[in-house]
Amino acid sequence: MLRITRGIEFSASLRYRRDDLSEEENRRCFGPRACRHGHNYRLEVTVRGEPDPATGMVLDLKDLNDLLEREVMSRFDHRDLNDDTPYFEKRLPSPENLATAIAEILREALAPGQFDRIRLYQDRDLWVDVIEP
Amino acid sequence: MITVSRRYQFAAAHVLRQPALSDAENERVYGRCANPNGHGHDYGLEVTITGPVSPETGRIIEPERLDEIVRRAVLERFDHRLLNEDSLFQAAVPTAENIALAVHGQLEEPISSQRGVRLLRVRIVETRRNHFDYGEMP
Repeated sequence: MLRITRGIEFSASLRYRRDDLSEEENRRCFGPRACRHGHNYRLEVTVRGEPDPATGMVLDLKDLNDLLEREVMSRFDHRDLNDDTPYFEKRLPSPENLATAIAEILREALAPGQFDRIRLYQDRDLWVDVIEP
Repeated sequence: MITVSRRYQFAAAHVLRQPALSDAENERVYGRCANPNGHGHDYGLEVTITGPVSPETGRIIEPERLDEIVRRAVLERFDHRLLNEDSLFQAAVPTAENIALAVHGQLEEPISSQRGVRLLRVRIVETRRNHFDYGEMP
């Protein structure tokens, strides 16, 4: 089995807030993250498979690029995670939850069995991996 | 499986030598790293944990909590120190392998005392050219 990894970068804004808490409680609970702020995320997407005997490729990188553009960049790049996406109405836009949402999207979008893992860097010093068994 | 990793740094000196060996033998085993006056690195430390994501916080562990654990257990202890003088390296030569083992040992208990959280792996980045992992590699 082979693995191919492609990296992309997107920038988004977000804030941590729970609707069941008051403004003040949100601030106390989440500190500066309760204010709208932003990150330059880096996403590494790893797919797995066997190379096609004719093309020698596991998948066409151009198709992977198009898929990432469609499924990730158009949804998240220069968007507000809370207001412009449907994924954080019931969960906080933490890197754990963002990585989980992206993994769910890509599992659906890729051919069955192709999703291997993603790594989402919130910044150079903090990242989340979601790994398929 | 979902994991969170965080990167830290500490600057430390070490001398690689076994007390039982002569200077010439130590130099044969450890090369320039046997210099009795020591040398040092800006060590990168990557800590990877796993566990359930809390619905209240959206996190496996609050990064500030993990930072506090690592600061107390490792960074305050090793940063700007000669590792050979630490009690962890009285019986073990402070190679990057042994540093990775020692750091894992220091972090395992305080991290697992956070509900449901488990230390998966530590990586010691000694230079840009080599790093050392101890623990699970998912």
